Amino acid sequence: MIQFDQVSKRYEGGHEALTDVSFHIPRGEMRFLTGHSGAGKSTLLKLIMVMERASTGQVIVGGRNLSKLAVRHIPEVRREVGVVFQNHQLLFDRSVYDNVALPLIIAGYGHRDVGRRVRAALDKVGLLDKERKNPVTLSGGEQQRVGIARAVVNKPALLLADEPTGNLDPQLSAEIMHLFEQFKQVGVTVLIASHDLALIARMPYRLLTLRNGRLVTAGGADNGPE
Amino acid sequence: MAQNKLNKRRLGQLQSPAARKDVKGARRHKTGLRDRLASYRSHHRQVALDSLQRLLRRPAASLLTSLVIAIALALPTSLYIGLNNIEAVSSGWEGAARISLFLKPHVSASQAENLRRSIAARDGVQSTEYISPEAALAEFRASSGFGDVLDQLDSNPLPGLIVVTPREANISAAAVTELQEALAKLPEVELAKLDMAWLQRLNQITELGRRLTLALAGMLAVGVLLIIGNTIKLAIESRRSEILVVKLVGGTNAFVRRPFLYTGFWYGLSGGLAAWVLVQSGLLWLRAPIAELSVSYQSDFQLLGLGVLDSLLLWLFAGGLGLLGAWLVVGRELRAIEPQ
Repeated sequence: MIQFDQVSKRYEGGHEALTDVSFHIPRGEMRFLTGHSGAGKSTLLKLIMVMERASTGQVIVGGRNLSKLAVRHIPEVRREVGVVFQNHQLLFDRSVYDNVALPLIIAGYGHRDVGRRVRAALDKVGLLDKERKNPVTLSGGEQQRVGIARAVVNKPALLLADEPTGNLDPQLSAEIMHLFEQFKQVGVTVLIASHDLALIARMPYRLLTLRNGRLVTAGGADNGPE
Repeated sequence: MAQNKLNKRRLGQLQSPAARKDVKGARRHKTGLRDRLASYRSHHRQVALDSLQRLLRRPAASLLTSLVIAIALALPTSLYIGLNNIEAVSSGWEGAARISLFLKPHVSASQAENLRRSIAARDGVQSTEYISPEAALAEFRASSGFGDVLDQLDSNPLPGLIVVTPREANISAAAVTELQEALAKLPEVELAKLDMAWLQRLNQITELGRRLTLALAGMLAVGVLLIIGNTIKLAIESRRSEILVVKLVGGTNAFVRRPFLYTGFWYGLSGGLAAWVLVQSGLLWLRAPIAELSVSYQSDFQLLGLGVLDSLLLWLFAGGLGLLGAWLVVGRELRAIEPQ
């Protein structure tokens, strides 16, 4: 699903965020991306979302070589990837329902389809009763779950999350992680960037560890459920 | 554990059976062309409505922008109406173009009367009138106030005059000039004077006015483009976070552009409507004095306003101008907003 071949990313000004990174995440697997802040986690996720382009090497997502992708095809890639942002990136000028519906409206779903899918996604994250609310009135954990609902509403094959438990207490964090596990169980490939090592350690998934832009661990057996 | 089971069931609802079998990414969710088209149309409708509602939510600011556009549009529109009216009036005068035949001094009254009849029988002549030197002198004495000076003259200095009115069907300048030249060759005629020079001059002035109006309209249209462009720029800035999120979840540039193009269109259209109201109320205000004026000139002149077609053109042009103004700004502004 995701393949990095000797990928380096050098920003203007000479800072090298990623150096010679290679790894492969097969379809339907779940991985954690860890490392101290500034190690290159965000850059790695941005490369998958085509917010940045690799300086050298190849990034292949879902069989598509992102290094050679034309600008006009970027929206197609982003529609196939669900992303949960650390700061939620919710819009506070519209309801929870409209926030979650956004990717469906962009993808051109019919009115009835949108309603069905949005409610299914909100039900999944346990916020069905909050669909008319403005996200600004929700708690941090609820906002994060709205963000997750929006990320999965289009049923993407790949789900990315950037510090999804960043500001949550341990119990809420565990619940959020549990949600991600369920998506993995139905065949979604999941990649979660997190520095919450205590939480990650309790979960049976492989780690990708970055240190100063280099991948130091991409090993260990994946002994997750199923 | 029970919770886990429940979640799994919910997940089953979220994922359709087909989706569970085939995990090929979003391609499996491709919607049909007809669905897409219907959704595209409904999205257009919704965006059009939404951008209109956004304007109505801030009525004062929107009205101000519309009024600025309206004034810029009303000015050339009024000039255009004025020119149309001048043309309508002067075409009436053109019909009344007359040829004055000044007769040679030795031509007697009966000779003049014979000549008048023969001219009246010509093609392209509607009516003729003979004014004898005596009648002309009497009229001059009455209207000029030079009676005392005339008394001192030994003889009547005024020649006989035949006034020829061309037929209405022949009012084209060329036909009238041709008639004038033919009449000038008659042996009894000293001078055939066609007093059209001032009419031609008026036509030239009208043409000049037309071009000035066009130039002014062009400049003001550029002004409207700039006003709308700037307004749209501010609208884009105020919706920056929304644009970022839309781009992050796969919105195309066309999708992001759409609401702003509609906003530009609405601004232009509302400006056009307001301009129409301004112009029409101005015409209403002028109607009474102009009617009085035309009565005093024994004319049945009616002030021409904006017809249905002209009004539609004004609105269409205004809406198009708004769309163009938004289009010019939106591409450049949106390229600058990329998720970082």
